[in-house]
Amino acid sequence: MTTVAMKPPAPAAGRSPKKKASPGGGIGRYLLIRFLLIFPTIFILVSMVFWLMRTTGDPITAALGGKLGPDQLAVLIHEAGYDRPIFVQYFEYLGQVFTGNFGTTISTNRPVSEVLLTYGLATAELVFYALIVAFIVGIPLGMVAAYWRDKAPDAFLRVFAILCYATPVFFAGLLLKLVFAVWLKVLPVAGRATVGSELEMQFLPDKTGIYFIDALKTGNPAVFGDVLLHAVLPALALGLLTAGVFLRLVRTNVIGTLGTEYVTAARSRGVNEFRLVSKHAYRPALIPIITVIGLQVALLLGGAVLTETTFEWKGLGFMLIEFIKARDFVAVQGIVALLAVIVALSNFIVDIIAALIDPRVRY
Amino acid sequence: MTVETTHAYKAPLWTRLPVVHQVRQSIGLQRGMLVVGLVITGIFILTAIFAPLLAPYGYSQLRGDSGTFGAQQAPGGEHLLGTTVGGYDVLSRVIWGSQTAITVMVIAVVLSIFAGVALGLVSGYFGGWLDRVLVVICDAVYAFPALLLAIVMGIVISGGRSGLWGGIFAAAISITVVFIPQYFRVIRAETVRIKAEAYVESARVLGASNGRIMFRHVLRNATRTLPLIFTLNASEALLTLAGLGFIGFGIEPSSAAEWGYDLNKSLSDVTSGIWWTSLFPGLAIVLVVLGITLVGESLNDLADPRLRSRRAPGKTAGVAATSVVPGGTLTAGPGGIDGLEASSLAPDQHPNDDPFEAK
Repeated sequence: MTTVAMKPPAPAAGRSPKKKASPGGGIGRYLLIRFLLIFPTIFILVSMVFWLMRTTGDPITAALGGKLGPDQLAVLIHEAGYDRPIFVQYFEYLGQVFTGNFGTTISTNRPVSEVLLTYGLATAELVFYALIVAFIVGIPLGMVAAYWRDKAPDAFLRVFAILCYATPVFFAGLLLKLVFAVWLKVLPVAGRATVGSELEMQFLPDKTGIYFIDALKTGNPAVFGDVLLHAVLPALALGLLTAGVFLRLVRTNVIGTLGTEYVTAARSRGVNEFRLVSKHAYRPALIPIITVIGLQVALLLGGAVLTETTFEWKGLGFMLIEFIKARDFVAVQGIVALLAVIVALSNFIVDIIAALIDPRVRY
Repeated sequence: MTVETTHAYKAPLWTRLPVVHQVRQSIGLQRGMLVVGLVITGIFILTAIFAPLLAPYGYSQLRGDSGTFGAQQAPGGEHLLGTTVGGYDVLSRVIWGSQTAITVMVIAVVLSIFAGVALGLVSGYFGGWLDRVLVVICDAVYAFPALLLAIVMGIVISGGRSGLWGGIFAAAISITVVFIPQYFRVIRAETVRIKAEAYVESARVLGASNGRIMFRHVLRNATRTLPLIFTLNASEALLTLAGLGFIGFGIEPSSAAEWGYDLNKSLSDVTSGIWWTSLFPGLAIVLVVLGITLVGESLNDLADPRLRSRRAPGKTAGVAATSVVPGGTLTAGPGGIDGLEASSLAPDQHPNDDPFEAK
């Protein structure tokens, strides 16, 4: 610590001065480091969930405590191996997670991995729809707000963005349901499809579990329309939540780039205003936007749990709540672990995209 | 903050008070948003304090002078906003709910500030392996959906359901765990920057102890952005509480009123066209979050020279270099909490920018 005073003064916030000194470099190395960072993330989350859940006791007692006698419980606990030392169970669990085996649910006696696959696809579908809504609503409006900064459109859009954020996704869902499904009766109240459509898709030879694709495969326009109509309200509820975040993000970053000299230069060259905002100012603003979009995956997944509960959309979130009610902690642990993997992976993907767009990000 | 102004002209005391100063500093739209936010937040706090006087009935009251209230009564008459499926008075539960909300918010935010600031300060100041480990753990926790983490914590703390204080603390601690990484990141990033400042080095040369430098020199300057995160997090705390309540981790209706719980119970009402049981608790959440967010965003913008000025934003960006902490306030800012999160990522993503680590 005595050498501290000898150190050269710190370069203020900028990144460029240190660029030359950085070791290695190269996108390959960067991606490798990023990829390796996935594992500690997953490891920490999975371990945390394991230990936290185990502080409540073993899963069998939690799930069946009131229903079976102590003798029967003891037998089940022994069969499942929950009477072994906790560290043995912990390492066994880590090994299982690594090989994609998440155990068997207690309440329904199905492999957790099967549950994850079936319902995970439903959640993925919902999140995908929501992202589309968020992009379509958030990004153009963000540019509009940035361009008319501090003018009426900006004021209106900022309040809109804050409202999107301030409205809990389940409340937005309830309102949408009330207006469009109950009062206007133009959209279905809940579920992913009507029973009829679900039956028709059930008998497809190679069904994917993604209703959008399955409905297309049936070749029946009525089924396809039915599936799409069911997706509108959940996608809107979850999408608007994220749209508010996108809007604010795009606005702030485009405001930043609109003030730069190259935008002024472009304007003086006679580039039209639309192109100025949508290309010149927006492109460089993309990096922080993409980084934050990566962080939104967590928000979206959390929101998906609430949206699915609101709309009885039978995805991971809906099942998570069902399993919690049944106190089936093996299943809960599995779902949470899977979501941890998804979050870590999506952060990795975002890092890759950011690195491909902007060479400065790599170190 | 500085001593040099002792003989110079000083503005009257009331204009230098934290929020008043910002209101005076703001102009136009920004002032409008700040004032609206302050008014809403003020009403919310007053409602919470005077809930016993304002609410026509108790939060768990099922019968009045003329017998039981009855379930799902339409608004009007004795029940201004109707009654719930459980037979409670909606207006009373909305008013009492503000008390629960504010209690959870304050406990959660205070706990997470203490834990997050302490960890961030130590981690950023001493660096080394402890810093690495804490950063990786906090990144992992931070990346994870807040609500899911809160659910897991809820299971651990209360097994899912509990009474008044048990429920409030379960919710508050669940939210705390979610927030610690945010404070940790911001404080750590600031600490890493500040410890390279000349005044920290001079303090060290003068022989100040680590503790003194950390608390007197670093902490004082690192916490400038905290009020901003505080307001933004308070609203997130409320949303998490409501989310927990909505999925059934709420506080039992007999122990306290909680908006998320009421919305959960109104889920089936909506399908049959009963709107008052969901609309009012929902609006309460939206209004409170809106108010607090408006205050937080406005303070955030005002603290950021690029966003404060109405004129050419690019030209004022250089202000940072002359401020006490280069890049200090600037990093914690644009885009509300997302800006805070995104920019506080920077030190982790670009370790080579940090003069202490690029050895």
